[in-house]
Amino acid sequence: MATGGFDPGRRYRRAPEVAVRPEPFGALLYHFGTRRLSFLKTAALVRVVTTLEEHPDVHAALDAAGVTPAQRRSYLVALADLAASGTIETVGEAAGDAVGEAAGEAAGEGSP
Amino acid sequence: MKLTEHLTHGLAAPICLTWELTYACNLACVHCLSASGRRDPRELSTAECRAVVDELARMQVFYVNIGGGEPTARRDFWGLIDYAVAQRVGVKFSTNGLRITPDRARRLAGGDLVDVQISLDGATAEVNDAVRGPGSYHTALRAMRNLADAGCRQFKISIVVTRHNVSQLEELKALADGFGAQLRITRLRPSGRGVDSWDELHPTAEQQRELHRWLVAHGDVLTGDSFFHLGALGDPLPGLNLCGAGRVVCLIDPVGDVYACPFAIHSQFLAGNVRSPGGFAAVWRDSELFADLRRPRSRGACASCGQYDACRGGCMAAKFFTGLPLDGPDPECVRGLGEAALTAAGREALTAAGREALTAAGEAALTAGVDHSRRSGPVPVSIGTGRLRGSR
Repeated sequence: MATGGFDPGRRYRRAPEVAVRPEPFGALLYHFGTRRLSFLKTAALVRVVTTLEEHPDVHAALDAAGVTPAQRRSYLVALADLAASGTIETVGEAAGDAVGEAAGEAAGEGSP
Repeated sequence: MKLTEHLTHGLAAPICLTWELTYACNLACVHCLSASGRRDPRELSTAECRAVVDELARMQVFYVNIGGGEPTARRDFWGLIDYAVAQRVGVKFSTNGLRITPDRARRLAGGDLVDVQISLDGATAEVNDAVRGPGSYHTALRAMRNLADAGCRQFKISIVVTRHNVSQLEELKALADGFGAQLRITRLRPSGRGVDSWDELHPTAEQQRELHRWLVAHGDVLTGDSFFHLGALGDPLPGLNLCGAGRVVCLIDPVGDVYACPFAIHSQFLAGNVRSPGGFAAVWRDSELFADLRRPRSRGACASCGQYDACRGGCMAAKFFTGLPLDGPDPECVRGLGEAALTAAGREALTAAGREALTAAGEAALTAGVDHSRRSGPVPVSIGTGRLRGSR
């Protein structure tokens, strides 16, 4: 689990190349540049990711989304993963490159 | 609930959708999933294709995998992918390389949301051409050189693993690395013309074990998540490792028919047509077939197997087209249970039944003619004009 480089004391935003699609379990994120797909598995995490930029730092975004102290650690781990894959980035600076949860290719894709 | 459970209940839209744009093809690969060759006269028009793209954009389908047939055989192909990208629907298209000229390669290198995938089924002309036809190796290699020369990085070279090329994986990896391309290998399915070639081409049990070891050692090789049945051998492979048919993926064929997955072009897996009221979105949301696929499945004969959570019973289409029950083992079950089932039931009789099912479906006017193979020799596709000669 990569946490290096992720600093929840800073302001982040969803990368501009990332689209968010609501799903019953939360949301699907797709990065058009890296072709990487990510799954946000709770509604609160979706709120956090989509409102990051409105808050001065990640902690404030977590508070505003109603994430409890007991849940905080797992949310920070998830956000660190999203930062490592470039899905979220610090404002005014490009993020690094690493492996997120899902493979770039999805299930059952065909070929002629 | 675990993510995989959510996914088996289906998503608001496919994660990834395969769209076969035409059944026309200059080749006649013996394992073609869509049994392509002749253009279907009922093919979606340019305007209808654009309407499908509009709908995919509204549903936020992030990208489509375009294939065929040979998709570049359509005269409106390049315009359609430009249109898709303009609507922010990414495109990955599969081609045998015929029309990837130096000029086209340069234009593709400049694009942002278009990925090119060249199909190749062997590291040598001998192995490749036995499956894909004479000259196809040369055509594919020329396309790869054109893409590499144009500075098109990270294009994909897509291999269907067979008994004859599984020993060439290292050479294929070296080929991809040499071009700065990504290697993608996928599973041979007994679908389309594969009904007739699968017996001779599918990897042996020992080759499957080798393949699994190789994939575990090469986590950067793409697989389209197609080898999840090998998970029962031990180490899991990267990816979602589940059958996404009708839940996470589906297929739109050239006449607009929507099937549960790219390996199941058969009336039994036909969910609807994009030309019907409500279009593709209504098919995805309301089809009875998809609703059924999204319900919990019976584990049938696999219920007592300790490996079920790893392989989930394997591939529905592989079972169907080899005549095996859908709630039993995959024909390539790594424990040998599928092979035993095939032998017990009499492989020949089952294959004949599979063919009959195909023929019956082909004759029913309701479905797209399932087999678009040409009745006589190969039909050349002329590069300059983009016109198919004698495609009927």
